[in-house]
Amino acid sequence: MGIFSFFKTGKEDQSARVAKDRLQVLIAHERTGRNGPDYLPMLKQDILDVIKKYVAVGDDALSVQLESQDNCDVLELNITLPEADDSADDDGEPSESARRRAMERRQEASAS
Amino acid sequence: MTKTIVVTSGKGGVGKTTTSASIATGLAKRGFKTVVIDFDVGLRNLDLVMGCERRVVYDLVNLVNQEASLHQTLIKDKRIENLYILPASQTRDKDALTIEGIARVMHKLKKSDFDYIICDSPAGIEKGAKMALYFADEAIVTTNPEVSSVRDSDRILGILQSESKRSKMNEEPVKEHLLITRYNPTRVKDGQMLSVDDIVDLLAIPLLGIIPESPSVLDCSNAGKPVILDEESEAGQAYSDAIDRLLGEAKPHRFMEAPKKGFLARLFG
Repeated sequence: MGIFSFFKTGKEDQSARVAKDRLQVLIAHERTGRNGPDYLPMLKQDILDVIKKYVAVGDDALSVQLESQDNCDVLELNITLPEADDSADDDGEPSESARRRAMERRQEASAS
Repeated sequence: MTKTIVVTSGKGGVGKTTTSASIATGLAKRGFKTVVIDFDVGLRNLDLVMGCERRVVYDLVNLVNQEASLHQTLIKDKRIENLYILPASQTRDKDALTIEGIARVMHKLKKSDFDYIICDSPAGIEKGAKMALYFADEAIVTTNPEVSSVRDSDRILGILQSESKRSKMNEEPVKEHLLITRYNPTRVKDGQMLSVDDIVDLLAIPLLGIIPESPSVLDCSNAGKPVILDEESEAGQAYSDAIDRLLGEAKPHRFMEAPKKGFLARLFG
């Protein structure tokens, strides 16, 4: 064991690096939630729901940052839209999400 | 002027009680009249680490409920002059504490000319932990070089900044100190453990000290002796350095380097 590890460079298992990278992302994320006003998570959810009405996006597609500058707060929204037009797949068939949204629209229309 | 210092972490098992015992003992050894309060109502353990478990008669809840006087409740340490222990109750739970009740206790301690009040926080972010940090002027955030501990420390820093008395009264913020415990320089060198620099980077608060992983910590708690009194041990010396820094002395950090192994030790180690 000693003889083999003697020749290792010791760079293979840098789990501490991974730990730091993970923590950096996580802590930054948790701090924004902490310092923001109470309504921020609800605001984010509502915006996300509106976007989802038109585009099929996941829950992580929207990032909300509230930054305080000299005498004003800046609310920064970052929305990642899916790359391909998802209304039709390569085979010409509408995608599952598009079909679902169309169905929901029709149900809403008939309900009103 | 009495200074109130909370020893906190969010996560359990990182060394809050060990640290509280050693910090209080170290301050008393330097001549300051010091009391260490166990806020872990229902799970008291500071008495064991301080070695006074058989001398507990009254506790913090009795004092808060005015069933006993301060004089009756405080346990005077038998080794160190100026050092007193205020034990937690073992039979009650954390709901027995109220801000008003703790405020009365703090007021009595200040009137008794204590220089330092060390508050040993329970784990978690519930009532007990919030009570322990509410009156703090300074906070020692105890952190292990490990992901969950670092995350919880960041969380508790957020609570210090929003729920302490100082933050609520818009006073000067609680002074924060980072204390890294159970540090293993060899594992850091091998890239298996977060380094001091990593943790300071992530939490962005000033470093009070690094306590190396050391067998004497367990030896001392087995014996009911604060590890700072084991002056031979690295952990004891590291706590002693931390006291100097707490008192404003600039001291270089020790115990950060892995011991150098000889050629044969590396080959067969």
